[in-house]
Amino acid sequence: MSKYRNLIAGTIAATLITAPVVAGEYGLGREALPEEVAAWDVDVAPDGTGLPAGSGSVEYGEEVFAEACAYCHGDFAEGVDNWPKLAGGADTLDHEDPLKTVGSYWPYLSTTWDYVNRSMPFGYAQSLEPDDVYAIVAYILYSNDMVDDDFVLSNENFLEVEMPNAGGFIIDDRETAEAHFWNDSPCMENCKDSVEITMRAMVLDVTPDTE
Amino acid sequence: MTDKSDPTTTRRGFIKAGIAAGGAAAAGAAQAGEPDPLITEVQDWASYTGDGVDATPYGMPIEYESDVVRRNVEWLTADTISSINFTPIHALDGTITPQGCAFERHHSGAIELRKEDYRLMINGLVDKPLIFTYEDLERFPRTNKVYFCECAANTGMEWAGAQLNGAQFTHGMIHNMEYSGVSLRTLLEEAGLGAAGDLKDKWVYVEGADASSNGRSIPMEKALDDVLVAFKANGEALRMEHGYPVRLVVPGWEGNMWVKWLRRIEVTNQAIESREETSKYTDTLEDGTSRKWTWEMDAKSVVTSPSPQSPIPHGAGPLVITGLAWSGRGSITGVDVSIDGGKNWQEARLAQPGDDKALTRFYLDINWDGSEMLLQSRAKDSTGYVQPTKAQLRDVRGLNSIYHNNCIQTWWVKESGEAENVEVS
Repeated sequence: MSKYRNLIAGTIAATLITAPVVAGEYGLGREALPEEVAAWDVDVAPDGTGLPAGSGSVEYGEEVFAEACAYCHGDFAEGVDNWPKLAGGADTLDHEDPLKTVGSYWPYLSTTWDYVNRSMPFGYAQSLEPDDVYAIVAYILYSNDMVDDDFVLSNENFLEVEMPNAGGFIIDDRETAEAHFWNDSPCMENCKDSVEITMRAMVLDVTPDTE
Repeated sequence: MTDKSDPTTTRRGFIKAGIAAGGAAAAGAAQAGEPDPLITEVQDWASYTGDGVDATPYGMPIEYESDVVRRNVEWLTADTISSINFTPIHALDGTITPQGCAFERHHSGAIELRKEDYRLMINGLVDKPLIFTYEDLERFPRTNKVYFCECAANTGMEWAGAQLNGAQFTHGMIHNMEYSGVSLRTLLEEAGLGAAGDLKDKWVYVEGADASSNGRSIPMEKALDDVLVAFKANGEALRMEHGYPVRLVVPGWEGNMWVKWLRRIEVTNQAIESREETSKYTDTLEDGTSRKWTWEMDAKSVVTSPSPQSPIPHGAGPLVITGLAWSGRGSITGVDVSIDGGKNWQEARLAQPGDDKALTRFYLDINWDGSEMLLQSRAKDSTGYVQPTKAQLRDVRGLNSIYHNNCIQTWWVKESGEAENVEVS
């Protein structure tokens, strides 16, 4: 069955990708100006595409972090209350309760830069200058014991930083790892000898009142 | 808060109240002999007049349906701005979700963006980067189709065990609407993809106008297939909380990719590997490695009634068992229902033939003998996929995947008609 599906998907792909692509058929919209593209297109890719020139030290990062980030993320990026922890959790990914942080989990440094630059601080996003972002990212690396306290991060050395979990991701493999879920004739009768209740939500009792 | 160790003393007043009210009504209707005053006496509504047509320019549900609302689970997130609420699927029927109670998931709140202030940019590897206004979008040829939007984290709290007591909470990060909009393919062609060269290894990066941006990378093959840039849902403009005035509709794929308040589409030669596809929406397996780009939502189903928030009010006899099934890989071809915890299954009736990547309603009409049931449903889709048990999923993935929990749900229906979220062996 899954083979059949792949065949269909393949056919769709071939048709779609090879069809002629005509530009401007309806003449709607207008050309984007370079200033407009620059204002909105600020994403940074894993290979560093999109990074602006700039730099920031761990030392300066500690200052900026204390002012702009520590209220939620803690002085050492360890997280306050339920707010995200940005540091710690090294080698916990195969544990019962993994701690997934920039240091323990994130595969690319580009994502940290990009996300901080675009969407942090929470409630006052897009208020940081590139040098501030470099400094904050440097401080997060320091908090994760990935660089020394005299480290300076810049667009020049950005790709030299090694992320511990860079090799920790695989592309969705459900169609092979879970191929057995494609089952032409699932059991309909006498599928098991006994059924026992092994867990009850009402024992845990964490559901909100709905009255 | 009452004693958590003893389920008989927990806060379940709403269930008991429901049983009592339902029981009384059923008894009243069934009693013969004594004439029913609701019939024999002239009621106010049969004598006086009701509201005029100008009373309600845009109506809300009648007050007696005030429990059919979105609900929040406070302890799930640090605050309510980057958070989730839940569709009251236990109380709905059919497949179309009323927009007013369709779930919300924001990362920096629901923003207010006027059509006049709306701009959509297409840039990157295109022949001509473009800016569209909202009015421009309405001038492109339109399509119109029903799709489900399911949060990747739907049922995610249930990985480790039975936690939340109600279909709304375990399965309510979903809605199903009829969308009108422009195909993403049409907009990409308007900008021209000649500059992109070979499209096979190209991507589009999409982001919203809100502070979180919610940027995600979508492979070009999907972008040119069935993705919609939508501005109407269930016949009217999108609700503010669902992306007004424009959102992306990504049929069959995890809800996170359905970028709201869509402001920019960039053609790229690589995935951006944004926060929402690295830190989040990646699924950690038992050995510590994680799957990324788990886009499709697999076949799934849930019995919506009876369920913990929708107990059986009427005692033994005819009982409608109903629920929802859906698959991100195609259409639902059948749903099996078990009342004995998966020992035996019978085929439910689909209200309509399954639609591609849309919710499907199923029914099983039984004559309930009043004894305990362990109710389950099992969806099957057009690719031959059969919805797995939680044990089967855990065998492959362990307990830390967070996302994509499409396991078979069990409700323990007791003799009283009350139901509880349980796991069974």
